[in-house]
Amino acid sequence: MNAIAANRRHPAAAYVVLLLALVSVGALYAALATPSRAATAIGSSTQVDQGKSLFAEGCSSCHGLNAQGSGVGPSLIGVGAAAVDFQVGTGRMPLAQQGAQAVRKASIYSDTERAALAAYVASLAPGPEIPSASMVDAANADLARGGELFRTNCAQCHNFAGRGGALTNGKMAPSLMNATPTQIYEAMITGPESMPKFGDGTMPVQDKQDIINYVHNLQNSPNQGGAALGRLGPVTEGLILWTVGLGLLIAAAAWIGAKAR
Amino acid sequence: MSAIVDGIDSTIGYADDRLSSAGFLKRNLKKVFPDHWSFMLGEIALYSFIILLISGVYLTLFFKPSMTEVVYNGSYTILKGVKMSEAFASTLNISFDVRGGLLMRQIHHWAALFFIASISVHMCRVFFTGAFRKPRELNWVVGTLLLITGILEGFAGYSLPDDLLSGTGLRIAEGIVQATPILGTYVSFLLFGGPFPGNDFIARLYTVHVLLVPGLILALITAHLMMVWYQKHTQFPGPGRTEKNVVGYPLMPVYMAKAGGFFFVVFGITTLLSALVTINPVWMYGPYVPDQVTAGSQPDFYIGWLDGAVRLMPNWEINLWHHYTLSLNIMIPAMIIPGLLFTGIALFPWLESWVTGDKRVHHILDRPRNAPTRTALGVGTIAFYGMLWLSGGNDIIATTFTIPFNTITWVLRFAIFIVPPLAFIVTRRFCVSLQRRDHDKLLHGRETGRILRHPSGEFTEIHASISDAERAVIMSKQDIIPIASPLASDAHGVRNPAGVIGRVRAGLSRFYYGPNIALPTAAELEAAATHLEHEAHSAVPVIEREARLEVTGGGGVLRDPGPDGQSGHNH
Ligand code: HEC
Ligand code: HEC
Ligand code: HEM
Repeated sequence: MNAIAANRRHPAAAYVVLLLALVSVGALYAALATPSRAATAIGSSTQVDQGKSLFAEGCSSCHGLNAQGSGVGPSLIGVGAAAVDFQVGTGRMPLAQQGAQAVRKASIYSDTERAALAAYVASLAPGPEIPSASMVDAANADLARGGELFRTNCAQCHNFAGRGGALTNGKMAPSLMNATPTQIYEAMITGPESMPKFGDGTMPVQDKQDIINYVHNLQNSPNQGGAALGRLGPVTEGLILWTVGLGLLIAAAAWIGAKAR
Repeated sequence: MSAIVDGIDSTIGYADDRLSSAGFLKRNLKKVFPDHWSFMLGEIALYSFIILLISGVYLTLFFKPSMTEVVYNGSYTILKGVKMSEAFASTLNISFDVRGGLLMRQIHHWAALFFIASISVHMCRVFFTGAFRKPRELNWVVGTLLLITGILEGFAGYSLPDDLLSGTGLRIAEGIVQATPILGTYVSFLLFGGPFPGNDFIARLYTVHVLLVPGLILALITAHLMMVWYQKHTQFPGPGRTEKNVVGYPLMPVYMAKAGGFFFVVFGITTLLSALVTINPVWMYGPYVPDQVTAGSQPDFYIGWLDGAVRLMPNWEINLWHHYTLSLNIMIPAMIIPGLLFTGIALFPWLESWVTGDKRVHHILDRPRNAPTRTALGVGTIAFYGMLWLSGGNDIIATTFTIPFNTITWVLRFAIFIVPPLAFIVTRRFCVSLQRRDHDKLLHGRETGRILRHPSGEFTEIHASISDAERAVIMSKQDIIPIASPLASDAHGVRNPAGVIGRVRAGLSRFYYGPNIALPTAAELEAAATHLEHEAHSAVPVIEREARLEVTGGGGVLRDPGPDGQSGHNH
């Protein structure tokens, strides 16, 4: 297993990631070219200044002093406040180590610092905005429809219960159990890494709210049938059968066999 | 009180006068059953089947095998208003609105897993102890058929609810059917009544699941048990156990009480598991829609190895004349591998006896170590199966242990060829080592753990002869001489036409019996017995003396007061 972990840190891996990042940034830019949807979110100039200095400190080593990108990190011009809020809020950025993909961890920035970073990146070029509280509000959402949309659009990567799944080459779609409604929304509009982007054209805001509501339900719903075994399906069921289930039965058989003597 | 007894008496008398059953019962109730726990594995399978029948009948009262589209309006709000087949809707209904329905569904599904798992383990017991040998070869085939029908029945069962997971499974099954050369597309069309998924399949599968296959299984189980009954049980070697008797407890009352009790234990454990642990939460998967799929789509464990084989197989296809595709990527893992495996398993008794030339009747079981090649073949096959299992769970392993999924597949593509032979070699050696230890025990006795220091300063360990029971077990080993190779040509120089096959057979036979530590000869055993007696005898004075030693001189000196308490010399 160590050998594998080491391979993921292979020098070539960085270039692969970079190439993918460049392609995705290009695609993102093309998609955002329509000005009507590319709302700019330029914060107050002091906030932008604060963001710029935070950026220079924590991000520029990889993304370049002006977020123009470098050999290590992609350009952030036009990724929008939503991408920064998502990447920093889920702790993916600053990237701790080069791997197959960034992983979720505790964020090292406060909320105001995160807002400043987002404002700074948003000031460079228009991009997707951070969704407002009313946009992620699931009060009017349709749970059953959210389930259908989730199974159609998300389950193939994130599993039927949002517990995550494997993708190729060491990448994986993470579990959604810790994502906040805002982060779910941002993930959909920014399409991090190998996740596709669900723009408002392909997926209206109402659909997104339905999905958010469904994921929220997955995070909190009770397990109607007893212990859920991680909601991973027949693999864990089989594991329990061969260990606990058959173990108990064979122990009982041995006990009855022994009693006879 | 006595009136009741009289009543019973006369009832029995009435029945017996007409059915003359007393003689039959007397003969059969005294039937003897051996008592080793591993003989109960088959019973677990039997009881699981009974549980499946009971719970299955309950489910039929509420399940609707129909593909008619309905809009769900039951009490599981998360799916309210969703369009689905009646089959799925009725499964939700069983789960959430039928009293005890969810428990019954879970009992039914866990029992299905128990059924097939216990058949598999039971089969391993029969295999590793050589219980399949003459005269039980046919029953071994019946057992193999039970495993296959059990797997089919399970697949048919979990495909009934028409949820997203099972629909995906059916889609794969359809692909496998279509990969059949020439006939594939036609057969698939016939099965599904048109293009997948069609409207007919669930109803057809239902008939298969509740009538056809259970009937077949019931018939096979009956045949299986009748053969066990008439051929009687095999037994492990031990004192007083011969090829002509069965040592154990009579059917009535001991065995019946134990078996009856065990049924309730199995039912209890199944129910406990079903009450505490979810299985197949169809409401979470949602209804089957052909354009949806979930990450981590796996079948139940008994299909998992086939799924694993498909996942492992490189994507090879042969395109003939540009319009005819031979899908090796599906045929090899999903038809050829299971076909070979099950054929090999079913024919194993004959294959083995052909190689060994052993045509004798066997009622005493082999100890696995005494058939090293067979045991090693079994372990190798289990290792092969295990590799396929791992492959079937490759994505879950990838996410759980954060190992790249492609790495797992590639490692397994090599491991499937390396690990089983390795398991074979290691097991065979291990068996031979155990034989060697048995051999040593017969000749040198068992080690008592008592170390003696002789007056000369030498240390030795005292050996004692092993118990009679242990000796009987070890001596049950049967040494067989490999089949001799036939002469290539006879005395007149005429080529022996049977020579080639005969030589192959002789080679296999040598391979099969190759590593064998023969039991000591009678003379060696006698010499060993004398030696052990002598050793025990010579150890006595030393032991007595050691026991006499006293600590003197402030703890630094050992003193032997001598046999009569008089002073001896100091050490
Ligand atoms: C160690 C190098 C490194 C550091 C430091 C770093 N990043 Fe990144 N960042 C990357 C790489 C590589 C990617 C592309 C791969 C990925 O998303 O995992 C990326 C991606 C991003 C993206 C997503 C771009 C898109 O196309 O959606 C954002 C936003 C981002 N970084 C913001 C930041 C911010 C803000 C900081 C500072 C707090 C930061 N990064 C620090 C390496 C780094
Ligand atoms: C092609 C596969 C794919 C699909 C389809 C997909 N995702 Fe993702 N998703 C990913 C990957 C890969 C990541 C991890 C990105 C990273 O680490 O930078 C991710 C990350 C996320 C995250 C962040 C999770 C966290 O806790 O940090 C959320 C939320 C999310 N996805 C929601 C969704 C939703 C909702 C849908 C459906 C509308 C969806 N995804 C569809 C692959 C996918
Ligand atoms: C060896 C025997 C059997 C096996 C291995 C087996 C296995 C299964 C499995 C795995 C399921 C899926 C359960 C689920 O929803 O999670 C199922 C469903 C079902 N079985 Fe069986 N079964 C067997 C015998 C029977 C019998 C004898 C009957 C009825 C007489 C029956 C009736 C049903 C019905 C009605 C369903 C669908 C209901 C539902 O899925 O909730 N089964 N079976």
